Amino acid sequence: MEKTWNNKAWFMVLPVLLLVAFSAVIPLMTVVNYSVQDTFGNNVFFWNGSDWFTEILESERFWLSMVRNLIFSFIILAIEVPLGIFIALNMPKKGWGVPVCLVLMALPLLIPWNVVGTIWQVFGRIDIGLLGYTLSALGFDYNYVNDPTDAWVTVILMDVWHWTSLVVLLCYAGLVSIPDAYYQAAKIDGASRWAIFRYIQLPKMNRVLLIAVLLRFMDSFMIYTEPFVVTGGGPGNSTTFLSIDLVKIAIGQFDLGPAAAMSIIYFLIILLLSWVFYTVMTNVDAER
Amino acid sequence: MARIDVNHVRHSYLPNPQKDADFALREVHHTFEDGGAYALLGPSGCGKTTLLNIISGLLHPSHGELLFNGKDVTNLSTQERNIAQVFQFPVIYDTMTVYDNLAFPLRNRGVPEADVDRKVRETLEMIDLASWAKKKARGLTADQKQKISLGRGLVRSDVNAILFDEPLTVIDPHMKWVLRSQLKQLHRRFGYTMVYVTHDQTEALTFADQVVVMYDGGIVQIGTPAELFERPRHTFVGYFIGSPGMNVMPVAIEGKTATIGSQRIELPGAPRTAAGNSGAIELGIRPEYVRLGRDGMAVKVSKVEDLGRHKVVRASLEGREIAAVIGEDESVPAEPKVLFDPAGINIYADSWRVEMGA
Repeated sequence: MEKTWNNKAWFMVLPVLLLVAFSAVIPLMTVVNYSVQDTFGNNVFFWNGSDWFTEILESERFWLSMVRNLIFSFIILAIEVPLGIFIALNMPKKGWGVPVCLVLMALPLLIPWNVVGTIWQVFGRIDIGLLGYTLSALGFDYNYVNDPTDAWVTVILMDVWHWTSLVVLLCYAGLVSIPDAYYQAAKIDGASRWAIFRYIQLPKMNRVLLIAVLLRFMDSFMIYTEPFVVTGGGPGNSTTFLSIDLVKIAIGQFDLGPAAAMSIIYFLIILLLSWVFYTVMTNVDAER
Repeated sequence: MARIDVNHVRHSYLPNPQKDADFALREVHHTFEDGGAYALLGPSGCGKTTLLNIISGLLHPSHGELLFNGKDVTNLSTQERNIAQVFQFPVIYDTMTVYDNLAFPLRNRGVPEADVDRKVRETLEMIDLASWAKKKARGLTADQKQKISLGRGLVRSDVNAILFDEPLTVIDPHMKWVLRSQLKQLHRRFGYTMVYVTHDQTEALTFADQVVVMYDGGIVQIGTPAELFERPRHTFVGYFIGSPGMNVMPVAIEGKTATIGSQRIELPGAPRTAAGNSGAIELGIRPEYVRLGRDGMAVKVSKVEDLGRHKVVRASLEGREIAAVIGEDESVPAEPKVLFDPAGINIYADSWRVEMGA
């Protein structure tokens, strides 16, 4: 039997192809193009091979940003995940408190990144900010503009304030899906509060927690706007994370080659980490 | 094991119950004997799960008290009452192995590990899951999971009663039989006091020695399956048990005769209806006792349902719907008439059965 070829089908996928091409593939290829060439302006390019990559990978500056970024991600995960679980466990399960809590929790998530940055930038100022002024008035030596530790504390506090809600909402969704019979059975089995958490609630939150950790890790690893607005990466380079550094190189110094090489390395790292997370998550699924 | 006395227990889910209708459980006063197998049977919303949860201590009754072996346990927690309960949907601890699931209630009570091991192995044998001990519990089938829920109760040797809340709802039909007979076996071997809530009459009648039929927040009849079938105390029991349910029709009574329209039916005795009883008098007869043939009262047959083992004939007698059961190889005569077997006739006043004198 002869096969019928209907080439019209290709037209159906064309819109998607175009969309992906313009939104992802073409920009990425432009970056690849920059990363292997050098230019002195006037649109004249010279082949440069892997020099930019070598330069980036050998630069201390890149690795310092990377380490700062990893430490930042680790700290906010260590705070937001346990805190999120704790808040979710203590949220009401029924009654008028539920909508109130949900709206309160959703509020920080609805605020645009740069506004969050601005809020905390003002909040922390020692001359007019509520937090900064109060702390200095109480005699604390707090100044996020001069002191690296204070800058870190401010940026971390800001991220916890902004994103813990996400963990809370995900955990809460996992918790309310547990049927009452589980708690009743646990009572009958004489389970302690800890045992209920460990053997009923935590296993049920397992999947949403993995999603929460993945989302929060990726977001914090790519964080740009909020610390940029608050500290601009300073004082010195103390809060310069990878994406801030990247923008400094690309726009600040206009070193397009190194910036492009760094983008690609950055991209590959995120791709690798996503793959690791994905594998872990699907393995957990397979185990079920 | 324990004898359970439910003393004038009433329960309402409302904070301030006033009328009778506010109560999910109007008033239950009953004793579950030590080692008995009871079924609480009734339609959804009749209060049977409420009663079960009051016995297990998951609910505190609004009024009344609960005794285990004569000791008041009304204010004791679920854990202190030491009962086991199997829920409608299997509750298992996903992350634990089958073995650890069974060990969980013992470990929570601080039982030494050597005793835990011995008890768990015994229980695994009892529920026939010994070869699954090391498996993760979440990989099991629904009936195996339900057995684990049961096993977590059996593992405590001193458990006062085992309560079942429609435990076979999610089990495949062919496994229902297997599980139910295993339950019966466990009951015979170890003599647990078992209370089994269900809305499935087959389940109730095959499982229990005593069936407690509940309706609208109260107990309407307690009896053996045979009693419920032959002598329903309330028309509801007649409707609810049996398939099809009992035929109930309004009649007028005079001495030993009942009249429906122009038809007269001789009764085995004179019903002792209370003097001045103004309520409706009804005659109830199960389709199994309605004889279809060439003698008796003329009926109009509207439909014959062939159920394989027998046929159900739907007909109308004096304008009232009535069902009769005939054998698989019998057929409906050309001019069908029905006779009521006197042994199957019950008379109801205000929906409650009245005795008949000689």
